Amino acid sequence: MLSIQNLTKIYDGKVLALDNVSFEVNKGEFLAIIGLSGSGKSTLLRCINRLIEPTSGQIIWNNLSITTSSQEEMRFIRRKIGMVFQHFNLVSRSKVITNVLSGRLGYINPTLSLINRFPQSDVELAIKQLERVGIADQAYKRADELSGGQQQRVGVARAMMQDPEMILADEPVASLDPVLAHSIMQYLEKLNKEEGVTILCSLHFLDLVHEYADRAIALNQGKLMFDGVPTEIDDKKFKNIYGQEAKRVG
Amino acid sequence: MHKQKPLVRSIILGIVILIGMIIYGYGFNVTKVNFETTRSEKRLTQLSRIMRALAHPSIFVYEKEENKADVPIYLPCPKDSLPDYSPNKSGPYLVLTPKCAGPGETIYIEGYNLWPNTKGPINFVAFSGVNLTIGHLHTDANGYFNAKVQLPKRKPVDEAQMIRAISRRNIGNPRFSDVAISTWEKIIETVFLALLATTFGTMLAIPISFLAARNLMSDQKASLTNIAFSIISWPFGIIVGIRLSSLVDNILKKYFTDNNLVWNILGSVIGLTIIWFTIKTLFVSPTKDTNKNKTKYFHTISIILIALTSICTILICANLAITVGQSLIEPLGPIGFMGNFMSQLGDVINMIMPISVGLVTGGALSFVCGKISYHISNKMSPIMISITHTSSAIVAGTVIGAIIGNTIEWFYQLDNQIYTLIWPMIIGAIIGLIISVRTSPKYNMPIGYVSYYIVRTLLNATRSIEPLVMVIVFVVWVGIGPFAGSLALALHTIAALAKLYSEQVESIAPGPLEAVRATGANRLQTIVYAVIPQIIPPYISFTMYRWDINVRMSTIIGFAGGGGIGFLLQQNINLLDYRAASVQMLAIAIVVATMDYISAVIREKFV
Repeated sequence: MLSIQNLTKIYDGKVLALDNVSFEVNKGEFLAIIGLSGSGKSTLLRCINRLIEPTSGQIIWNNLSITTSSQEEMRFIRRKIGMVFQHFNLVSRSKVITNVLSGRLGYINPTLSLINRFPQSDVELAIKQLERVGIADQAYKRADELSGGQQQRVGVARAMMQDPEMILADEPVASLDPVLAHSIMQYLEKLNKEEGVTILCSLHFLDLVHEYADRAIALNQGKLMFDGVPTEIDDKKFKNIYGQEAKRVG
Repeated sequence: MHKQKPLVRSIILGIVILIGMIIYGYGFNVTKVNFETTRSEKRLTQLSRIMRALAHPSIFVYEKEENKADVPIYLPCPKDSLPDYSPNKSGPYLVLTPKCAGPGETIYIEGYNLWPNTKGPINFVAFSGVNLTIGHLHTDANGYFNAKVQLPKRKPVDEAQMIRAISRRNIGNPRFSDVAISTWEKIIETVFLALLATTFGTMLAIPISFLAARNLMSDQKASLTNIAFSIISWPFGIIVGIRLSSLVDNILKKYFTDNNLVWNILGSVIGLTIIWFTIKTLFVSPTKDTNKNKTKYFHTISIILIALTSICTILICANLAITVGQSLIEPLGPIGFMGNFMSQLGDVINMIMPISVGLVTGGALSFVCGKISYHISNKMSPIMISITHTSSAIVAGTVIGAIIGNTIEWFYQLDNQIYTLIWPMIIGAIIGLIISVRTSPKYNMPIGYVSYYIVRTLLNATRSIEPLVMVIVFVVWVGIGPFAGSLALALHTIAALAKLYSEQVESIAPGPLEAVRATGANRLQTIVYAVIPQIIPPYISFTMYRWDINVRMSTIIGFAGGGGIGFLLQQNINLLDYRAASVQMLAIAIVVATMDYISAVIREKFV
């Protein structure tokens, strides 16, 4: 279970990105995070695995305090939290398989990993994960030779390699077309339903939220505006989240 | 903007032109511009002589044979009648008109039956046997020549002296001149000098470039107490490390003497095996168990043991390399240099071992102390925390002060401990106190930025000194020759490349970096998996470019004693042997142009 209490992030002492945000996520939940660009969605997700240091507040996960963990404890926590990014964040000059294998870096012998040695079992697992997302035949290509949709599947496979208890997905489908978007969302849904992985996913399109999420929270200028079932978002709440000028699309 | 009056504008323009004239006038004066010298006849002949010599690089030489014709000459004409002289007309002979003359007078020489279409000198062979070249001959198709020569102004001698015409012709095929052969040797030396300098420079520049990259360093933060503990433990660790490695070395020397091959081989094999297995089994990634104290102690002790084993093994391997290398020089014959290479590598390891063990121990100790301070400060009462905070900062300041003081003492030998030890320590302590008062114990200092700026400053300072100047220091240290040159070039390469590299690191895409960090990778893993793949192409490109620069630089580093072709070139210029110098210039031009081309091709492939 993930519990976020009074989380605040101020960049460089000036820009308020998260303003006293508190909520809880149950194990096995599919939580959508919605809000305008710049509303603090990415900051929130990155604070959870401390890629960004929160200014104040607490994050507690499985009775471990993420906010006060040391760097080493943080590695131990991070390897159980997979992350999927909007721009895939693959190492474009490395092979697909290396990108997927890098999901195991928190587990394997650090010294040997420096000379690119992975246990055979991990290599097999990587191929298996690539099979699950349907691109096992691309394993030995360079990552930048793949199309956008394929690259995001590599991103999902990398997160799956971590054997995660939770996946943070930062607008995973924002740079994909609607068909690809659904296929990526389906992989996440499958992980959520079949393996009980908790998923926190920031999304732009409300139809995707309605289709895949169990619950949604909404941020506006760093403040938590909404926390509930997606179907509860009526026109009034919608305007609260997206501003008075906004119109529904899709 | 209002329009200026035409008069004002003209005056301003006039003043500007006047100032320009003054500036250039003074410039001409300072640089001693004198176009008259360029037209002076004497200098023009010298110029054409040099240009012609440069255009005739003495690359090829022929074996020569000579054909001589002698004729007696009286200088001056004898008082009584001239003795008869009738040459043997079947061979080469000379006819003088007139047959005798006073010193400094001009006579007319004709030669017959010399080799056709040949050249050679006309010599005056003095009574003492001294040869003076007084002219040159150029025979026609019949072996005939005529020339006007001026007789030397010498002391009058009664006896007959001689004029000798020599015609020379080439026999056999051309062969490379000695100049060409030595130039070839030196240009090879030059290219390899540049190669070694680039390689060593690159090897050291890569890790330094990470320290000088803002995006890798900016998130490095630590509390003041933590930093202070690290600073205090660094010098201590270095001293301990150096002591330790010399101690191990001495113990090893007793059992693994240089000629005990079997022991050396056995030692290195066993050592390497132990290290390999420990790395495989011990350095597994953190599990829940690692937080238990028992495993922690076990871990720490094994790390210390493995470190000791590594020191022993590396030293044994180095000894082995020296022994084997030395004994291979003879039997390998023409590739005996590989034996020397091996033993030199062993020697390098032996040499840098104490320093690196010192640095590693220092680093490890400071890491451990930082850790301890972190844990203590989590358990202490607030008052104790601030006491530790302040006192550790003061002690750290004192330590830095003492180090700076010692450095000053080493350079300037002031021999006054009040200035070189006491005052720096007091000042350091005061600065430490001020910093500790101004920061709260919880505040995380941006230590990454501090080291970033320190590294940057050092790099910029080193880069601003030309290798041609650096080599002077190295020549004093290791003697005149290519070794000094490569050290100087390597040092400059480190500074220049580290800066270029670090700028490449700063421009990498941050996305993959955070993705790899998010998987729980540690700092080194992040660098290996997210940074290095992104920087390989620019690194290769910059390294090639640097090799190119180093080749060019190494052609002149010999001017300052750094070996390579520059040494030969300077020598020949000083000896006024322009035909030889021309060979070296040609060689430099060819090598630089080739390098330019090759590096361009390789860089194109990678970028």
